[in-house]
Amino acid sequence: MAMLEISGLNAWYGASHILHGVHFEVEAGEIVALVGRNGAGKTSTLRSVMGLMPRATGNVRFDGQEILSKGSHERFRMGLGYVPEERRIVPSLTVRENLQLGLVAAGRTDERAAIDEIAESFPRLKERLNQQGTTMSGGEQQMLAIARAMISKPKMILLDEPSEGIMPVLVEEMGVLFRRLRDQGTTLLLVEQNVEWALKLASRAIIIDQGEIVHESSAAALLADKDIQDRYCAV
Amino acid sequence: MDLELFLMQLFSGLALGAILVMVALGLTIIFGMLGIVNFAHGALFMVGAYAGLWVASLTGSFWWALLIAPIAVGAFGMLVERVLIRPLYKRTPDDPLLLTFGLGYVLVEAVRITFGTDGIPFSAPESLQGVVDLGIGYFPLYRLFVLGVVAVILVLLWVALEKTRFGLVVRAGARDPLIMRVLGVDVSRLWLLVFGLGVGLTALGGVLAAPMRNVSPEMGTLVLAEAFVVTVIGGMGSLLGAVVAGLLVGVAVSMTALFAPEMATIVMFGLMALILLVRPQGLFGRPGVGA
Repeated sequence: MAMLEISGLNAWYGASHILHGVHFEVEAGEIVALVGRNGAGKTSTLRSVMGLMPRATGNVRFDGQEILSKGSHERFRMGLGYVPEERRIVPSLTVRENLQLGLVAAGRTDERAAIDEIAESFPRLKERLNQQGTTMSGGEQQMLAIARAMISKPKMILLDEPSEGIMPVLVEEMGVLFRRLRDQGTTLLLVEQNVEWALKLASRAIIIDQGEIVHESSAAALLADKDIQDRYCAV
Repeated sequence: MDLELFLMQLFSGLALGAILVMVALGLTIIFGMLGIVNFAHGALFMVGAYAGLWVASLTGSFWWALLIAPIAVGAFGMLVERVLIRPLYKRTPDDPLLLTFGLGYVLVEAVRITFGTDGIPFSAPESLQGVVDLGIGYFPLYRLFVLGVVAVILVLLWVALEKTRFGLVVRAGARDPLIMRVLGVDVSRLWLLVFGLGVGLTALGGVLAAPMRNVSPEMGTLVLAEAFVVTVIGGMGSLLGAVVAGLLVGVAVSMTALFAPEMATIVMFGLMALILLVRPQGLFGRPGVGA
Protein backbone atom coordinates (compact mmCIF):
# COMPACT_ATOMS: atom_id res chain seq x y z
CA MET A 1 0.00 0.00 0.00
CA ALA A 2 1.22 3.49 -0.74
CA MET A 3 2.08 5.49 2.36
CA LEU A 4 2.19 8.74 0.41
CA GLU A 5 0.31 9.39 -2.83
CA ILE A 6 0.77 12.71 -4.58
CA SER A 7 -1.02 13.68 -7.76
CA GLY A 8 -1.59 16.95 -9.59
CA LEU A 9 0.25 18.90 -6.92
CA ASN A 10 0.64 22.59 -7.71
CA ALA A 11 2.20 25.08 -5.33
CA TRP A 12 2.95 28.76 -5.31
CA TYR A 13 5.06 31.29 -3.44
CA GLY A 14 3.04 34.44 -3.89
CA ALA A 15 2.71 34.86 -7.65
CA SER A 16 5.43 32.42 -8.64
CA HIS A 17 4.17 29.01 -9.60
CA ILE A 18 6.72 26.55 -8.17
CA LEU A 19 5.26 23.06 -8.60
CA HIS A 20 3.44 22.02 -11.78
CA GLY A 21 1.37 18.87 -11.33
CA VAL A 22 3.85 16.87 -9.28
CA HIS A 23 2.86 13.22 -8.92
CA PHE A 24 4.54 10.23 -7.34
CA GLU A 25 4.00 7.61 -4.68
CA VAL A 26 6.03 6.28 -1.80
CA GLU A 27 5.29 2.74 -0.66
CA ALA A 28 5.16 1.88 3.02
CA GLY A 29 8.54 0.84 4.39
CA GLU A 30 10.72 2.04 1.51
CA ILE A 31 13.30 4.75 1.18
CA VAL A 32 12.71 6.99 -1.83
CA ALA A 33 15.23 9.56 -3.00
CA LEU A 34 13.88 12.77 -4.51
CA VAL A 35 16.70 14.43 -6.41
CA GLY A 36 17.20 17.31 -8.80
CA ARG A 37 19.02 20.58 -9.24
CA ASN A 38 18.96 23.52 -6.87
CA GLY A 39 15.62 25.25 -7.21
CA ALA A 40 13.99 22.30 -9.00
CA GLY A 41 11.20 22.11 -6.42
CA LYS A 42 12.45 19.44 -4.00
CA THR A 43 12.05 21.48 -0.85
CA SER A 44 8.74 22.93 -2.06
CA THR A 45 7.45 19.39 -2.56
CA LEU A 46 8.30 18.45 1.02
CA ARG A 47 6.88 21.72 2.31
CA SER A 48 3.65 21.09 0.40
CA VAL A 49 3.34 17.62 1.88
CA MET A 50 3.93 19.10 5.33
CA GLY A 51 1.46 21.96 4.83
CA LEU A 52 3.99 24.78 4.87
CA MET A 53 3.48 26.33 1.44
CA PRO A 54 1.43 29.53 1.26
CA ARG A 55 -0.71 27.91 -1.43
CA ALA A 56 -0.91 24.32 -2.66
CA THR A 57 -3.57 22.49 -4.66
CA GLY A 58 -4.01 18.94 -5.91
CA ASN A 59 -4.18 15.61 -4.10
CA VAL A 60 -1.90 14.47 -1.34
CA ARG A 61 -2.90 11.32 0.52
CA PHE A 62 -0.98 10.11 3.53
CA ASP A 63 -1.73 6.70 4.98
CA GLY A 64 -4.97 6.63 2.98
CA GLN A 65 -6.24 10.05 4.05
CA GLU A 66 -6.36 13.29 2.09
CA ILE A 67 -4.17 15.77 3.99
CA LEU A 68 -3.91 18.90 1.86
CA SER A 69 -6.74 20.57 3.79
CA LYS A 70 -5.19 19.73 7.16
CA GLY A 71 -2.87 21.90 9.25
CA SER A 72 0.80 20.95 9.64
CA HIS A 73 0.26 19.95 13.26
CA GLU A 74 -2.53 17.54 12.27
CA ARG A 75 -0.29 15.95 9.65
CA PHE A 76 2.38 15.37 12.28
CA ARG A 77 -0.21 13.84 14.58
CA MET A 78 -1.18 11.43 11.78
CA GLY A 79 2.39 10.15 11.81
CA LEU A 80 4.21 12.37 9.35
CA GLY A 81 7.57 13.64 10.58
CA TYR A 82 9.66 16.36 8.93
CA VAL A 83 13.29 17.38 9.23
CA PRO A 84 13.67 20.77 7.55
CA GLU A 85 16.83 21.72 5.71
CA GLU A 86 17.62 24.47 8.22
CA ARG A 87 17.30 21.91 11.06
CA ARG A 88 15.64 24.48 13.28
CA ILE A 89 17.12 23.52 16.61
CA VAL A 90 15.37 25.93 18.97
CA PRO A 91 17.90 28.42 20.38
CA SER A 92 18.31 28.69 24.15
CA LEU A 93 16.85 25.22 24.69
CA THR A 94 18.97 22.23 25.69
CA VAL A 95 19.29 19.08 23.63
CA ARG A 96 16.95 17.34 26.07
CA GLU A 97 14.36 20.12 25.76
CA ASN A 98 14.56 20.01 21.99
CA LEU A 99 13.86 16.28 22.17
CA GLN A 100 10.96 16.92 24.56
CA LEU A 101 9.41 19.16 21.92
CA GLY A 102 9.14 16.09 19.70
CA LEU A 103 7.06 14.37 22.39
CA VAL A 104 4.69 17.21 23.23
CA ALA A 105 2.02 16.30 20.71
CA ALA A 106 2.03 12.64 21.67
CA GLY A 107 1.40 13.66 25.28
CA ARG A 108 3.62 10.82 26.42
CA THR A 109 4.11 10.57 30.13
CA ASP A 110 7.18 8.35 29.90
CA GLU A 111 9.19 11.23 28.52
CA ARG A 112 12.39 10.20 30.26
CA ALA A 113 12.18 6.65 28.93
CA ALA A 114 11.58 7.92 25.40
CA ILE A 115 14.60 10.22 25.61
CA ASP A 116 16.79 7.47 27.05
CA GLU A 117 15.67 5.19 24.24
CA ILE A 118 16.41 7.69 21.48
CA ALA A 119 19.74 8.58 23.07
CA GLU A 120 20.84 4.97 22.58
CA SER A 121 20.57 5.48 18.81
CA PHE A 122 22.43 8.79 19.01
CA PRO A 123 25.49 8.39 21.22
CA ARG A 124 26.67 11.88 20.30
CA LEU A 125 23.49 13.38 21.73
CA LYS A 126 23.52 11.19 24.79
CA GLU A 127 26.65 12.94 26.07
CA ARG A 128 25.18 16.37 25.39
CA LEU A 129 21.62 16.19 26.70
CA ASN A 130 22.05 19.20 28.95
CA GLN A 131 24.00 21.31 26.48
CA GLN A 132 22.31 24.08 24.51
CA GLY A 133 21.31 22.57 21.18
CA THR A 134 22.59 25.39 19.01
CA THR A 135 26.09 25.23 20.50
CA MET A 136 26.72 21.83 18.88
CA SER A 137 28.36 21.27 15.51
CA GLY A 138 26.24 21.30 12.36
CA GLY A 139 26.34 17.52 12.13
CA GLU A 140 25.28 17.06 15.72
CA GLN A 141 22.46 19.54 15.25
CA GLN A 142 21.34 17.54 12.22
CA MET A 143 21.33 14.39 14.31
CA LEU A 144 19.27 16.20 16.94
CA ALA A 145 16.78 17.40 14.32
CA ILE A 146 16.40 13.82 13.08
CA ALA A 147 16.11 12.43 16.61
CA ARG A 148 13.47 15.04 17.44
CA ALA A 149 11.43 14.12 14.37
CA MET A 150 11.59 10.38 15.03
CA ILE A 151 11.24 10.29 18.83
CA SER A 152 7.45 10.02 18.59
CA LYS A 153 7.86 7.11 16.15
CA PRO A 154 6.15 8.56 13.05
CA LYS A 155 5.12 6.28 10.19
CA MET A 156 7.01 8.37 7.66
CA ILE A 157 9.74 11.01 7.82
CA LEU A 158 10.47 13.66 5.20
CA LEU A 159 14.16 14.56 5.22
CA ASP A 160 15.42 17.70 3.50
CA GLU A 161 19.12 17.44 2.65
CA PRO A 162 20.21 15.72 5.85
CA SER A 163 23.81 15.23 4.63
CA GLU A 164 24.38 18.86 3.71
CA GLY A 165 27.53 20.33 5.21
CA ILE A 166 28.22 17.34 7.42
CA MET A 167 31.43 15.42 8.06
CA PRO A 168 31.64 12.20 6.00
CA VAL A 169 31.87 10.05 9.13
CA LEU A 170 28.53 11.43 10.33
CA VAL A 171 26.98 10.96 6.91
CA GLU A 172 27.97 7.29 7.16
CA GLU A 173 26.37 7.04 10.60
CA MET A 174 23.26 8.65 9.22
CA GLY A 175 23.05 6.09 6.43
CA VAL A 176 23.22 3.25 8.96
CA LEU A 177 20.47 4.93 10.98
CA PHE A 178 18.19 5.39 7.97
CA ARG A 179 18.56 1.76 6.97
CA ARG A 180 17.73 0.68 10.49
CA LEU A 181 14.65 2.95 10.51
CA ARG A 182 13.52 1.40 7.25
CA ASP A 183 14.05 -2.11 8.61
CA GLN A 184 11.85 -1.14 11.56
CA GLY A 185 9.12 -0.21 9.09
CA THR A 186 9.50 3.59 8.88
CA THR A 187 9.00 5.09 5.44
CA LEU A 188 11.54 7.71 4.35
CA LEU A 189 11.41 10.34 1.63
CA LEU A 190 14.89 11.69 1.20
CA VAL A 191 15.65 14.92 -0.64
CA GLU A 192 19.35 15.10 -1.43
CA GLN A 193 22.05 16.94 -3.36
CA ASN A 194 24.43 14.14 -2.45
CA VAL A 195 22.89 11.99 -5.18
CA GLU A 196 25.23 9.04 -5.02
CA TRP A 197 24.80 8.60 -1.29
CA ALA A 198 21.03 8.96 -1.54
CA LEU A 199 20.78 6.45 -4.38
CA LYS A 200 22.76 3.87 -2.44
CA LEU A 201 20.30 4.18 0.44
CA ALA A 202 17.09 4.33 -1.55
CA SER A 203 15.19 1.64 -3.38
CA ARG A 204 13.63 4.07 -5.84
CA ALA A 205 14.59 7.43 -7.27
CA ILE A 206 12.47 10.31 -8.49
CA ILE A 207 13.89 13.28 -10.36
CA ILE A 208 12.21 16.65 -10.25
CA ASP A 209 13.12 19.46 -12.62
CA GLN A 210 11.53 22.91 -12.89
CA GLY A 211 8.65 21.83 -10.69
CA GLU A 212 7.80 18.65 -12.64
CA ILE A 213 8.63 14.99 -12.17
CA VAL A 214 10.81 14.06 -15.14
CA HIS A 215 12.11 10.61 -14.25
CA GLU A 216 11.27 7.70 -12.04
CA SER A 217 13.21 4.45 -11.75
CA SER A 218 14.86 2.10 -9.35
CA ALA A 219 17.70 3.77 -7.48
CA ALA A 220 20.16 1.24 -8.85
CA ALA A 221 19.15 2.04 -12.44
CA LEU A 222 19.63 5.77 -11.93
CA LEU A 223 22.94 5.18 -10.16
CA ALA A 224 24.14 3.40 -13.31
CA ASP A 225 22.75 6.00 -15.73
CA LYS A 226 25.27 8.82 -15.72
CA ASP A 227 23.57 10.56 -18.65
CA ILE A 228 20.34 11.21 -16.81
CA GLN A 229 22.23 12.11 -13.66
CA ASP A 230 24.26 14.67 -15.57
CA ARG A 231 21.21 16.08 -17.31
CA TYR A 232 19.08 16.61 -14.20
CA CYS A 233 21.23 16.43 -11.13
CA ALA A 234 24.44 18.28 -12.02
CA VAL A 235 24.86 21.17 -9.67
CA MET B 1 18.83 63.87 53.02
CA ASP B 2 16.46 61.97 55.24
CA LEU B 3 17.23 58.27 54.82
CA GLU B 4 13.77 57.25 56.00
CA LEU B 5 12.03 59.40 53.40
CA PHE B 6 14.40 58.07 50.77
CA LEU B 7 13.59 54.45 51.62
CA MET B 8 9.87 55.15 51.74
CA GLN B 9 10.01 56.73 48.34
CA LEU B 10 11.99 53.76 47.05
CA PHE B 11 9.25 51.43 48.30
CA SER B 12 6.54 53.56 46.71
CA GLY B 13 8.46 53.43 43.48
CA LEU B 14 8.64 49.65 43.64
CA ALA B 15 4.87 49.39 44.22
CA LEU B 16 4.25 51.72 41.29
CA GLY B 17 6.71 49.74 39.23
CA ALA B 18 5.06 46.46 40.20
CA ILE B 19 1.83 47.59 38.51
CA LEU B 20 3.83 48.58 35.44
CA VAL B 21 5.47 45.16 35.45
CA MET B 22 2.04 43.49 35.16
CA VAL B 23 1.08 45.68 32.22
CA ALA B 24 4.44 45.46 30.46
CA LEU B 25 4.66 41.69 30.93
CA GLY B 26 1.37 41.23 29.10
CA LEU B 27 2.47 43.60 26.38
CA THR B 28 5.82 41.92 25.90
CA ILE B 29 4.45 38.34 26.04
CA ILE B 30 1.94 39.18 23.32
CA PHE B 31 4.56 40.92 21.23
CA GLY B 32 7.20 38.24 21.75
CA MET B 33 4.93 35.38 20.75
CA LEU B 34 2.38 36.82 18.38
CA GLY B 35 4.40 39.71 16.99
CA ILE B 36 1.48 41.99 17.76
CA VAL B 37 1.89 45.42 19.31
CA ASN B 38 -1.28 45.53 21.38
CA PHE B 39 -2.42 49.13 21.46
CA ALA B 40 -5.58 48.12 23.35
CA HIS B 41 -3.43 47.04 26.28
CA GLY B 42 -3.96 50.26 28.25
CA ALA B 43 -7.70 50.14 27.67
CA LEU B 44 -7.75 46.52 28.85
CA PHE B 45 -5.92 47.62 32.01
CA MET B 46 -8.73 50.13 32.55
CA VAL B 47 -11.38 47.51 31.76
CA GLY B 48 -9.71 45.31 34.38
CA ALA B 49 -10.11 48.07 36.97
CA TYR B 50 -13.79 48.58 36.06
CA ALA B 51 -14.42 44.85 36.01
CA GLY B 52 -12.91 44.72 39.49
CA LEU B 53 -15.12 47.60 40.58
CA TRP B 54 -18.16 45.86 39.18
CA VAL B 55 -17.41 42.46 40.71
CA ALA B 56 -16.64 44.14 44.05
CA SER B 57 -19.98 45.96 43.99
CA LEU B 58 -21.83 42.74 43.18
CA THR B 59 -20.10 40.52 45.69
CA GLY B 60 -19.09 43.14 48.22
CA SER B 61 -15.64 41.59 48.22
CA PHE B 62 -12.36 42.96 46.93
CA TRP B 63 -10.97 39.43 46.94
CA TRP B 64 -13.51 38.14 44.47
CA ALA B 65 -12.79 41.16 42.30
CA LEU B 66 -9.08 40.41 42.40
CA LEU B 67 -9.71 36.83 41.33
CA ILE B 68 -12.60 37.11 38.88
CA ALA B 69 -11.87 40.35 37.02
CA PRO B 70 -8.50 39.30 35.52
CA ILE B 71 -9.90 35.92 34.47
CA ALA B 72 -13.01 37.47 32.91
CA VAL B 73 -11.04 40.16 31.08
CA GLY B 74 -8.49 37.52 30.00
CA ALA B 75 -11.35 35.46 28.55
CA PHE B 76 -12.57 38.57 26.77
CA GLY B 77 -9.05 38.95 25.38
CA MET B 78 -9.20 35.41 24.01
CA LEU B 79 -12.47 36.25 22.31
CA VAL B 80 -10.85 39.34 20.76
CA GLU B 81 -7.92 37.25 19.53
CA ARG B 82 -10.10 34.59 17.98
CA VAL B 83 -12.72 36.84 16.40
CA LEU B 84 -10.91 40.06 15.53
CA ILE B 85 -7.15 39.49 15.40
CA ARG B 86 -6.83 35.98 13.99
CA PRO B 87 -8.17 36.90 10.52
CA LEU B 88 -5.38 39.50 10.31
CA TYR B 89 -2.36 37.23 10.97
CA LYS B 90 -1.74 36.60 7.30
CA ARG B 91 -1.76 40.31 6.50
CA THR B 92 0.80 43.00 7.26
CA PRO B 93 1.75 43.66 10.91
CA ASP B 94 0.07 47.07 10.57
CA ASP B 95 -3.40 45.54 10.44
CA PRO B 96 -3.48 44.05 13.97
CA LEU B 97 -1.83 47.23 15.23
CA LEU B 98 -4.57 49.40 13.73
CA LEU B 99 -7.23 47.01 14.95
CA THR B 100 -6.03 47.07 18.57
CA PHE B 101 -5.60 50.85 18.36
CA GLY B 102 -9.25 51.18 17.36
CA LEU B 103 -10.36 48.57 19.89
CA GLY B 104 -8.76 50.67 22.63
CA TYR B 105 -10.96 53.63 21.69
CA VAL B 106 -14.07 51.46 21.48
CA LEU B 107 -13.43 50.05 24.97
CA VAL B 108 -12.89 53.51 26.48
CA GLU B 109 -16.13 54.77 24.92
CA ALA B 110 -18.04 51.67 25.99
CA VAL B 111 -16.91 52.20 29.58
CA ARG B 112 -17.81 55.90 29.42
CA ILE B 113 -21.32 55.01 28.25
CA THR B 114 -21.76 52.28 30.85
CA PHE B 115 -20.09 53.76 33.93
CA GLY B 116 -20.01 57.49 33.12
CA THR B 117 -17.09 59.78 32.44
CA ASP B 118 -16.33 60.67 36.04
CA GLY B 119 -13.73 58.88 38.04
CA ILE B 120 -14.99 56.42 40.63
CA PRO B 121 -13.20 55.84 43.92
CA PHE B 122 -12.29 52.26 44.70
CA SER B 123 -11.07 51.61 48.17
CA ALA B 124 -8.89 48.83 49.37
CA PRO B 125 -10.57 46.37 51.73
CA GLU B 126 -10.36 47.35 55.37
CA SER B 127 -7.94 44.57 56.15
CA LEU B 128 -5.46 46.14 53.74
CA GLN B 129 -5.88 49.73 54.83
CA GLY B 130 -3.57 51.47 57.21
CA VAL B 131 0.16 51.39 57.53
CA VAL B 132 2.76 48.96 58.74
CA ASP B 133 5.97 49.67 60.55
CA LEU B 134 8.82 48.34 58.45
CA GLY B 135 11.40 49.30 61.01
CA ILE B 136 12.59 52.10 58.78
CA GLY B 137 9.24 53.88 58.88
CA TYR B 138 5.54 53.47 58.25
CA PHE B 139 4.46 52.17 54.89
CA PRO B 140 0.94 51.82 53.39
CA LEU B 141 -0.11 48.20 53.83
CA TYR B 142 -1.90 48.10 50.50
CA ARG B 143 1.25 48.92 48.56
CA LEU B 144 3.05 46.18 50.37
CA PHE B 145 0.21 43.87 49.39
CA VAL B 146 0.57 44.90 45.73
CA LEU B 147 4.27 44.06 45.85
CA GLY B 148 3.43 40.70 47.38
CA VAL B 149 0.79 39.82 44.78
CA VAL B 150 3.08 40.78 41.91
CA ALA B 151 5.91 38.75 43.43
CA VAL B 152 3.62 35.71 43.68
CA ILE B 153 2.45 36.15 40.07
CA LEU B 154 6.04 36.43 38.88
CA VAL B 155 7.01 33.23 40.67
CA LEU B 156 3.96 31.41 39.25
CA LEU B 157 4.74 32.71 35.78
CA TRP B 158 8.36 31.66 36.10
CA VAL B 159 7.43 28.16 37.23
CA ALA B 160 4.84 27.86 34.46
CA LEU B 161 7.27 28.97 31.78
CA GLU B 162 10.45 27.27 32.97
CA LYS B 163 9.24 24.13 34.71
CA THR B 164 6.25 22.87 32.77
CA ARG B 165 5.72 21.31 29.39
CA PHE B 166 3.31 24.11 28.50
CA GLY B 167 6.06 26.62 29.26
CA LEU B 168 8.55 24.73 27.13
CA VAL B 169 6.14 24.85 24.20
CA VAL B 170 5.50 28.55 24.73
CA ARG B 171 9.22 29.37 24.86
CA ALA B 172 9.95 27.27 21.80
CA GLY B 173 6.93 28.68 19.97
CA ALA B 174 8.12 32.20 20.64
CA ARG B 175 11.48 31.41 19.04
CA ASP B 176 10.27 29.24 16.16
CA PRO B 177 6.54 28.71 15.56
CA LEU B 178 7.18 26.71 12.39
CA ILE B 179 9.06 23.92 14.09
CA MET B 180 6.31 23.65 16.69
CA ARG B 181 3.72 23.23 13.93
CA VAL B 182 5.64 20.40 12.30
CA LEU B 183 6.02 18.78 15.72
CA GLY B 184 2.26 18.61 16.08
CA VAL B 185 1.49 21.71 18.13
CA ASP B 186 -1.56 23.74 17.21
CA VAL B 187 0.19 27.08 17.36
CA SER B 188 -3.02 29.05 16.85
CA ARG B 189 -4.40 27.58 20.08
CA LEU B 190 -1.17 28.47 21.83
CA TRP B 191 -1.46 32.05 20.63
CA LEU B 192 -5.04 32.22 21.88
CA LEU B 193 -3.91 31.18 25.36
CA VAL B 194 -0.95 33.53 25.32
CA PHE B 195 -3.08 36.48 24.28
CA GLY B 196 -5.55 35.67 27.05
CA LEU B 197 -2.70 35.41 29.56
CA GLY B 198 -1.23 38.75 28.48
CA VAL B 199 -4.59 40.48 28.72
CA GLY B 200 -5.32 38.84 32.08
CA LEU B 201 -2.03 40.18 33.47
CA THR B 202 -2.78 43.77 32.47
CA ALA B 203 -6.33 43.42 33.88
CA LEU B 204 -4.85 42.22 37.16
CA GLY B 205 -2.62 45.29 37.07
CA GLY B 206 -5.77 47.38 36.64
CA VAL B 207 -7.52 45.83 39.64
CA LEU B 208 -4.41 46.20 41.79
CA ALA B 209 -3.91 49.81 40.73
CA ALA B 210 -7.55 50.78 41.33
CA PRO B 211 -7.28 51.50 45.07
CA MET B 212 -4.07 53.51 44.50
CA ARG B 213 -5.60 55.89 41.98
CA ASN B 214 -8.98 56.98 40.70
CA VAL B 215 -10.76 54.55 38.41
CA SER B 216 -11.57 56.47 35.25
CA PRO B 217 -12.04 55.66 31.56
CA GLU B 218 -8.76 57.40 30.76
CA MET B 219 -6.63 55.62 33.36
CA GLY B 220 -5.19 53.28 30.74
CA THR B 221 -3.81 55.93 28.44
CA LEU B 222 -0.79 56.96 30.49
CA VAL B 223 -0.20 53.36 31.61
CA LEU B 224 0.03 52.23 27.98
CA ALA B 225 2.67 54.87 27.27
CA GLU B 226 4.57 53.86 30.41
CA ALA B 227 4.34 50.17 29.52
CA PHE B 228 5.75 50.88 26.05
CA VAL B 229 8.63 52.76 27.64
CA VAL B 230 9.22 49.80 29.96
CA THR B 231 9.25 47.26 27.13
CA VAL B 232 11.63 49.39 25.10
CA ILE B 233 13.98 49.76 28.07
CA GLY B 234 13.71 46.09 29.02
CA GLY B 235 13.84 44.81 25.46
CA MET B 236 10.78 43.96 23.36
CA GLY B 237 9.75 40.38 24.00
CA SER B 238 11.93 39.91 27.09
CA LEU B 239 10.06 38.88 30.24
CA LEU B 240 12.99 39.52 32.54
CA GLY B 241 13.42 42.88 30.82
CA ALA B 242 9.81 43.82 31.55
CA VAL B 243 10.25 43.01 35.24
CA VAL B 244 13.57 44.82 35.70
CA ALA B 245 12.62 47.83 33.58
CA GLY B 246 9.17 48.09 35.18
CA LEU B 247 10.64 48.33 38.66
CA LEU B 248 13.40 50.62 37.40
CA VAL B 249 10.93 53.04 35.83
CA GLY B 250 8.72 52.97 38.92
CA VAL B 251 11.64 53.79 41.19
CA ALA B 252 13.04 56.41 38.80
CA VAL B 253 9.70 58.23 38.62
CA SER B 254 9.22 58.02 42.35
CA MET B 255 12.74 59.22 43.15
CA THR B 256 12.57 62.07 40.68
CA ALA B 257 9.31 63.15 42.31
CA LEU B 258 11.25 63.46 45.54
CA PHE B 259 14.14 65.54 44.17
CA ALA B 260 12.68 67.34 41.17
CA PRO B 261 8.89 66.90 41.04
CA GLU B 262 8.52 68.78 37.78
CA MET B 263 10.80 66.23 36.07
CA ALA B 264 8.92 63.15 37.30
CA THR B 265 6.79 62.60 34.23
CA ILE B 266 9.60 62.96 31.73
CA VAL B 267 12.35 61.04 33.50
CA MET B 268 11.24 57.70 32.03
CA PHE B 269 11.40 59.10 28.51
CA GLY B 270 14.92 60.30 29.29
CA LEU B 271 15.78 56.78 30.43
CA MET B 272 14.30 55.35 27.25
CA ALA B 273 16.22 57.77 25.06
CA LEU B 274 19.43 56.85 26.86
CA ILE B 275 18.79 53.12 26.39
CA LEU B 276 17.96 53.62 22.71
CA LEU B 277 21.27 55.41 22.24
CA VAL B 278 23.45 53.00 24.21
CA ARG B 279 21.69 49.65 23.77
CA PRO B 280 18.95 49.87 21.14
CA GLN B 281 17.71 46.30 21.70
CA GLY B 282 16.95 47.13 25.36
CA LEU B 283 18.54 45.80 28.54
CA PHE B 284 17.59 42.16 27.94
CA GLY B 285 16.48 42.25 24.32
CA ARG B 286 17.96 40.21 21.51
CA PRO B 287 19.37 42.32 18.71
CA GLY B 288 17.05 42.45 15.74
CA VAL B 289 13.89 41.53 17.63
CA GLY B 290 11.19 44.10 17.28
CA ALA B 291 13.30 46.27 15.03
